[in-house]
Amino acid sequence: MRKMLSNLFAWIGMAVLLLPALAQAAGPAAANIVIVADTRKTTGLLGWWANLYNESHLYFALLTVVLIPIIGVIFGTLADLIMSRIGIDLKSRELAEH
Amino acid sequence: MDWLYVLMPIAGVKIFWPGLIILGIGVGVIGGFFGMGGAWMVTPGLNILGFPMAFAIGTDIAHMAGKSLIATMRHGKFGNVDYRLGLIMLVGTVVGFELGAQMVMWLERLGSVEKFVRYLYLFLLAFIAWMVFSDVAKRKSKERAAKAAGQEVDKLATGIEWHKTFHRIKIPPMVHFKEAGVYCSAWLPIFVSFLTGLLAGVLGIGGGLIRMPALIYFIGCPTHVAVGTDLFEVMISGLYGAGTYTYKGRTELVAAIIMLVGASMGAQIGTVATKYIKGYGIRIAFGLAVIGCALSIILKLLGKAYPGWSAFFDNSSTALILGLVSIMSLYIIVKMVEGAKKEIAAKKARSAA
Repeated sequence: MRKMLSNLFAWIGMAVLLLPALAQAAGPAAANIVIVADTRKTTGLLGWWANLYNESHLYFALLTVVLIPIIGVIFGTLADLIMSRIGIDLKSRELAEH
Repeated sequence: MDWLYVLMPIAGVKIFWPGLIILGIGVGVIGGFFGMGGAWMVTPGLNILGFPMAFAIGTDIAHMAGKSLIATMRHGKFGNVDYRLGLIMLVGTVVGFELGAQMVMWLERLGSVEKFVRYLYLFLLAFIAWMVFSDVAKRKSKERAAKAAGQEVDKLATGIEWHKTFHRIKIPPMVHFKEAGVYCSAWLPIFVSFLTGLLAGVLGIGGGLIRMPALIYFIGCPTHVAVGTDLFEVMISGLYGAGTYTYKGRTELVAAIIMLVGASMGAQIGTVATKYIKGYGIRIAFGLAVIGCALSIILKLLGKAYPGWSAFFDNSSTALILGLVSIMSLYIIVKMVEGAKKEIAAKKARSAA
């Protein structure tokens, strides 16, 4: 079982690495549209944000992948906290189809 | 009232931010309850709020990743996520999805891809709705038969039992999925996820709408475990999608974050609501959501068939979807509040005794 799972993880890893490139290669030539954020309208945090987008989509994407789960977990945990304060049991449930 | 609008720094438009939060709560509740991303509900909502369509998909996927992560964690604590099953299915999903995307490219070269995709989607939704409601009808007839014989049907018994036939296929390796309570060949979930991934790739959707019923009817998962395990897959594909769409410059992160505030809290409400609604309650509500989705596609097709009426049909389709989101999320919230009230009252009664 353990061997099968480790093989499986190796296949998943390979698929994640190879398939996007494969899909890109097989797809039609995409139109090279470059969207640029207008930084003249923004200041402060939003300005920094828009600048980061213009300068490097890679850093912007990395920041997104880090920020989105963190924010999700923070607000989700907040909702959990409120529900458990109300008195809802968040540890168990009964599995029943009807 | 200028403070109610926030500037999207990349798209350069001002958006009514409470609208984003409300939309987030609605799709979060539905997503946590049914175990799906719900892109088909989010896109028309973003459109109504005046969101540029170039950013709609990326923004939707980015918020989806966050909400499905926290909802998976909550479902996991309830024991609703079979991680082993989810990981095995991931293989089939990735391969199937890519093959589906290649098929679309091939169909594009032949022309008429859009029509084919819409009709296929419609056929699939009709099949899912038929599957759900014939399962409900069979379950009820079993119940009636058992009652007539003076017996009771098992708590986990279902109407349609196709999965039992599939479980008889004993191609090694055989795997035991503990949370799902399923013992079957590892090839069964791989094949099922390959098919659902292929369809999702062809249709250009996330696939939660197809995978959830597939987990129930083909693999044999209890409804709650199907919801949790499907969310686990949505989470992984959402994170990958968030990264790739943002790298392509197609995500308005400020909007995604605002939506996520509502969606992550809504997803927890939807997830906890599954505690108070039995499996068949979830199945029936899911079947109704599928019918709503199918009707919205029919309206879009009518808009294409009668160009003079296209604005009317398109607007009707958007109104239908947003109405469906409102009614469904309200129903789930009400059920959750009712269930929580009962639970708290029972707790108080126990401690008083």
